[in-house]
Amino acid sequence: MKQFFLASIVAGALALPAYAADYTIMAPAAPGGGWDQTARSLQAALQEEGISGNVQVVNVPGAGGTIGIAQFASQQKGNPNALIVGGYVMVGAILTNQAPVTLADVTPIARLTGEYEAIVVPASSEIESIDQLIEALKADPGAVSWAGGSAGGTDHIAVGLLAKAAGVDPTKINYIAYSGGGEALAAILGSQVTAGISSYGEFQSQVESGALRLLAISSDERIEGVDAPTLKESGYDVVLQNWRMVAAPPGLTDEQKAAVLADVEKLATSATWQETLKTKGWADTYLAGDAFEEQLAKDISATETILKDIGLVK
Amino acid sequence: MSTFEFLLQGLVSASQPMNLVYALIGVTLGTAVGVLPGIGPALTVALLLPVTYRLDPTGSLIMFAGIYYGGMYGGSTTSILLNTPGESASIVTALEGNKMARAGRGGPALATSAIGSFVAGLIATLLLAFLAPYVVQFAIQFGPREYFALMLLAFVTVSSAFGDSTLRGLTALFVGLAFSVVGIDQLTGQARLSFGIPDLLDGIEVTTMAVAMFAIGETLFIAAQGFRGPEIVQAVKGSVWMNREDWARSWKPWLRGTFIGFPIGAMPAGGAEIGTFLSYATEQRLTKHPEEFGHGAIEGVAGPEAANNASAAGTLVPLLTLGLPTTATAAIMLAGFQQYGLQPGPLLFATNPQLVWGLIASLLIANGMLLILNLPLIGLWVKLLTIPKPWLYSGILVFATLGTIGANPSVFELGMLLAFGLLGYVMRVFGYPIAPVVVGLILGPLAEQQLRRALAISQGDVTYLFTSPIAVVLFVVAALAFIVPLILRARGRGEVLSQMAANED
Repeated sequence: MKQFFLASIVAGALALPAYAADYTIMAPAAPGGGWDQTARSLQAALQEEGISGNVQVVNVPGAGGTIGIAQFASQQKGNPNALIVGGYVMVGAILTNQAPVTLADVTPIARLTGEYEAIVVPASSEIESIDQLIEALKADPGAVSWAGGSAGGTDHIAVGLLAKAAGVDPTKINYIAYSGGGEALAAILGSQVTAGISSYGEFQSQVESGALRLLAISSDERIEGVDAPTLKESGYDVVLQNWRMVAAPPGLTDEQKAAVLADVEKLATSATWQETLKTKGWADTYLAGDAFEEQLAKDISATETILKDIGLVK
Repeated sequence: MSTFEFLLQGLVSASQPMNLVYALIGVTLGTAVGVLPGIGPALTVALLLPVTYRLDPTGSLIMFAGIYYGGMYGGSTTSILLNTPGESASIVTALEGNKMARAGRGGPALATSAIGSFVAGLIATLLLAFLAPYVVQFAIQFGPREYFALMLLAFVTVSSAFGDSTLRGLTALFVGLAFSVVGIDQLTGQARLSFGIPDLLDGIEVTTMAVAMFAIGETLFIAAQGFRGPEIVQAVKGSVWMNREDWARSWKPWLRGTFIGFPIGAMPAGGAEIGTFLSYATEQRLTKHPEEFGHGAIEGVAGPEAANNASAAGTLVPLLTLGLPTTATAAIMLAGFQQYGLQPGPLLFATNPQLVWGLIASLLIANGMLLILNLPLIGLWVKLLTIPKPWLYSGILVFATLGTIGANPSVFELGMLLAFGLLGYVMRVFGYPIAPVVVGLILGPLAEQQLRRALAISQGDVTYLFTSPIAVVLFVVAALAFIVPLILRARGRGEVLSQMAANED
């Protein structure tokens, strides 16, 4: 019986969120994913730097973050101590799911980090360059199968944008959706598909070991240590960043918002956070306040256009 | 250095006193959270990540390995004793294990599950150590068509394994399949049967369904019987330990379970459940006591439990060799690696051999520690069954609810738990088996997605499915598994089948 009681105490401690926290960060995803890792890294850094004494992370998984954001916007309204982690994937998920609560219903604070999309083929593939891949795509769009993350997600959007930039009808692309970049990786390594597309981090170690050939990357300029041209310099005007951000609830006063902004800025420039970015291999793409809101609006309208072009949003 | 020397070195580093303490903390914590439905090893490891930040990499990975294996042990304990599978991989264990527990054989059921897990964990960890680079080459040959063939095999073998009436079993399976199409279709991103409810967009959570159908449904069923129901629970009959016959009937299922579970765990889209289903179906076909299946056959606990643990070790194959996490726990262990600036992948064995072998060695140690921790506890665990029924079942209700809320803090999830509990109750009343519903929920999306992926890659050409040797072999085995029993039954009304089982050794 003793074990049973002990177990129930553990259960209680694990299951019930504590409300005495300075900040409560919602990760709108299951433990283990990118958003969860971002939230838990924020938690560690905020505590380490003494910005916040006690930080809790709450996971509310589901539907590309739309369930979490809906719960966050309604339950935390006006609470200056609540934060939510999110990212570019949400932009697409909100559109495809026709979610009733959107990013307009929260207060975006800052973009923290981002990854660029990488296009790879297996080492055994005959395709040697991005131009060859696009030629094959132009010849017969259906014959080029792309493995990537979930339908309507960043990877799918990137393929749509690339097809459009190359003058190929985006509705004709043969995109094979996997539950994530990892599962797609197995399909690419096994030569089940023509090409693969996901965040560079998903492919990095395979590219370095020579199992995958990196054709191009979706950044604005070449990245140090990444041996591949950008899509832009190859003549396809596609720049796409899979960013992650932190946002506050709706209904904050200007002073409250300024306080949160100040805390997040302190965090983003701190040594602990910079160290975290380095060990995790996350790029520092910090952008805060009005500049971020402007960029967000651009991203949302561009995404809506391409999702309509692909035919995922009507 | 050779593989063997690396392993020895790893064992030395993992058996330092401090690391043993981490392993002990890990397995104890893992067992505790495994016992609770809803709170799985993944959440525990996630919660511990910030805590372990200050430990050295070896220490924290050893702790994670302990939690990982410990969770598997704990999950089977509740399945057997309380009929509440805390995770999808221990659903099959509940089928025979709980029947055994009701008949006063909870002790042997727990023992065969613990020893089987140990044996499977040991063999699978050694396979991981020596064969990982080769196994992974085989595993990535599995594309959509091979997976689809595997799912088909699982459907065929499993559907015959439910209850006494095939029709009722299939009805229940299709109920599960119907539930499995709820949510966002992964291939097109469009919502199906979600009726505008955001909580349904991700589909129905397998653990919620399993806990509801098994635990809540059972509780309602018992409560509805009131005091009229016969006192079916008999805590201990005979010895708590396994007798000679139990051993004789357990060791082969352990080995078969290991060799079914390990390769399936190693496949990037395999999933531990599939191995347990296949193992259960295999044991049911090979047993000399077919009449006991469905009423507490020890083979039905020994095989799936071994398969479950072997596939846990199998999961580490793609994680260590490709950097590919195939379960939530593996994903968090990957995050743990990255915390120390290590990138699992094809280069990890070459660049950080100490760490990899330390981890493999600590899995061996965690495995042994779990056996030492769990065997003496069996006597204590079975006493749970002597708790008066009203207390026991109200306790189960509390745990089931707490676990569901813990895993997914939403009112809607709780509503689903109760609704599926009612469904489980109704199905029990009308004599339909429960497990096929959950099996359909798990296998349905896997089979559907893989078939559609295969057809998308081939641009609709069906012959593509039959152009891979592995897929063809799996299709043929599935066809045989379907046809042979029909022929045998038609000719000898089952006599040949039991004859075959009797001649098996």
